[in-house]
Amino acid sequence: MSVALVLGALLAVACVFLVALPYLREPDAERDVLEEPNELDRRRLELAERRDRALGALKELELDHRTGKVSDADYRALVGPLRREAAEALRALEPRAATPERVKVERPG
Amino acid sequence: MPELGRAALVATLGLALYALLAGSIAAWRGRRRLALSAQNALMAAFGTSIVASLVLVSALIRHDFSFVYAAQHTSRELPSGYTISAFWGGQEGSLLLWLLILTGYATAVLLVNRRTARDLVAWVTPVLAAVTLFFAFLLVAVATPFATQLAPADGNGLNPSLQNPYMMAHPPLLYLGFVGLTVPFAFAMGALLARRTDERWIVATRRWTLVAWTALGVGQLLGSHWAYEEVGWGGYYAWDPVENAALMPWLAATAFLHSVMIQEKRGMLRVWNHLLVVMAFSLSLFGTFLTRSGIVSSIHSFTQSSIGPWFLGFICIVVFGSLALVFARLPLLRSKTRLESLASREATFLYNNLLLVALTLTILWGVAYPILHEAVLGESRIVGPGYYNFFLRVFGLPLLLLMGIGPLVAWRRASLRSLGLTFVWPAATALATGLVLLALGAGASIPGLIAYTFSAFVLASIALEFARGTRARRALSGGSWPAAFSALIGRNRRRYGGYIVHAAIVLLAIGIAGSSAYDTVAERRLERGDTLVVGDYRLTYRGLEEREAANATEIRAVLGVERGGERLGAVEAGKNAYTAERQVSNEVGIRSDLLTGEDLFVIAEQVNADGSVYVRAFVKPLVNLIWLAGLVFVLGALITLWPDAREQRRLATRYEGAEAPARP
Repeated sequence: MSVALVLGALLAVACVFLVALPYLREPDAERDVLEEPNELDRRRLELAERRDRALGALKELELDHRTGKVSDADYRALVGPLRREAAEALRALEPRAATPERVKVERPG
Repeated sequence: MPELGRAALVATLGLALYALLAGSIAAWRGRRRLALSAQNALMAAFGTSIVASLVLVSALIRHDFSFVYAAQHTSRELPSGYTISAFWGGQEGSLLLWLLILTGYATAVLLVNRRTARDLVAWVTPVLAAVTLFFAFLLVAVATPFATQLAPADGNGLNPSLQNPYMMAHPPLLYLGFVGLTVPFAFAMGALLARRTDERWIVATRRWTLVAWTALGVGQLLGSHWAYEEVGWGGYYAWDPVENAALMPWLAATAFLHSVMIQEKRGMLRVWNHLLVVMAFSLSLFGTFLTRSGIVSSIHSFTQSSIGPWFLGFICIVVFGSLALVFARLPLLRSKTRLESLASREATFLYNNLLLVALTLTILWGVAYPILHEAVLGESRIVGPGYYNFFLRVFGLPLLLLMGIGPLVAWRRASLRSLGLTFVWPAATALATGLVLLALGAGASIPGLIAYTFSAFVLASIALEFARGTRARRALSGGSWPAAFSALIGRNRRRYGGYIVHAAIVLLAIGIAGSSAYDTVAERRLERGDTLVVGDYRLTYRGLEEREAANATEIRAVLGVERGGERLGAVEAGKNAYTAERQVSNEVGIRSDLLTGEDLFVIAEQVNADGSVYVRAFVKPLVNLIWLAGLVFVLGALITLWPDAREQRRLATRYEGAEAPARP
């Protein structure tokens, strides 16, 4: 039996073992279901993204204002809606609001 | 050992097929263990690819010429570094390297994301597996590196032009870039298949895309330096189809890296981002097809082979399949926000995107037109550098200007008064630079003058951004100027790392404009003692020298160099005659002036039996800025890539609960 054949056989065994590992670890899994975000999770995620986007935009706006890229008038016009957007997303993400009915997404504009 | 190599490749093929089928069923039916099993199969394929690669490298190092590949690409005299780099010096080996990198990327992204984005990764797995399956199939059935023969006494050696230190890094970096674009493609398609409209796929692939883009950029620059030193025609980029093949996906990925920021910050351009990812990946496959099909004649391409039609078929499947998927998911991808103003940061990103895509498509047409013309009409056509240079100016110069405008404009909208205030210094700097250069005679090349003026504008706007940002940071938190500067970059790595990358592109533009628009050339036949004047240099031919290297005979014409009466030593240019390969290569002489960035570049076109030489010499102003740009580019990319603990925490909070929900 050549060395190549032995190494090849070992490689095949290792591959089969690795592929079968999830079934070897949980031969009688009670729940073999791939968890997917449900409607509530998706809305939470959408709100979290809205919150992060608004907070990030506020941070950028502050920096742009401080560096003179945004005038005082533009700053005043932009900061209000951004703060409201962030606050709305934060409120909707609060645990007591986290039901499909309450996390209704309000579209900007 | 060829049997082990073949067995490893067959195992890779089987594992990829299993990962594709099991992964698709698992994602479709929502089977957790089957999804994990498919992911494990893809990771095991990395292991089998490593084994196959080790078998080939071992054969190369041992000079086992019973491997056809080793005999075709190495010889006993070949220096050991080039013996190892012969791994990617031929068609089959380079495909194996591609497979190795692909499975390596797949393993890394699965390990990083499989616990936090399970449903997305479940769909990403079959996409990655499909690409792996294609390359494994090619290596098993069409272009195997493990073909054997009765071992000859010695091998054919490596193509002399590949015997260059840059060739040890250039191809692997290009492959890291080409193959790395599979990751954003797989995640973009996975998100569409999973019907996920959030930005998880972007978050998961941001760094991988940046790594691929950086590697592709650096790989091209190293390739340019190789061409400059090794090919010996006096340039570094010839608009060769295969060079363009690497440039196109890089341009598309550049557009994506910019437009994806608009999606992250404003929730816009979702369809466009998916299309850019498809474009970048398809172009990386198209580049591979060009290099390997033998369809174009290029110094960079491999010999004609039968893999071309397979690649073409796969590209068609990728393009039409992914476009159909994007089309099917259009209702999910509609943006909820609109562009507020045409004078805003996102608008400048949009203009940048349009110009980048226009440039990419123009180059694509330049590459595809001769192929289509020959296929349809049977006549060969050449699209020369004039075509590409024209469109580089048309689209590239406005792109350069936009790099300076973008950072000065605020997100959402900017008033005319704010724009006037922020533009005044960069515009004044640019105007002053343009006028000074005009007075110094730079008006000889109008595109060159415009490039320098725009470059001054961009550099001034970047400097202003750093200065104003540091001042604002210092006003906010006090401390020293260096501390404020460091905190500014540390808290905004993507923004300021990006500006450093922009500075690198400006250096590149200055180097290209200087060396191509303002270069000087002189040529003539020289007897011993004759002189040649080029620019400020005076070259005196001292005679020929011949010496033996490890695997070649080197003949060099030695030329004394003087500038302004000062002796600057000697420069040598000549030929190498390779013994095993039975080929002769041109070896240029380069004298770099690191203070001015200028090169004296000498080619010995002919070395005659009577001892005379025909010499062509160039003076290339500022050419070294191109290579310096590479270092600055890497620095900027590293800053952008460096992990940000605050951002990691923010993202962890965002995805907490939504992706690993505990359900009864």
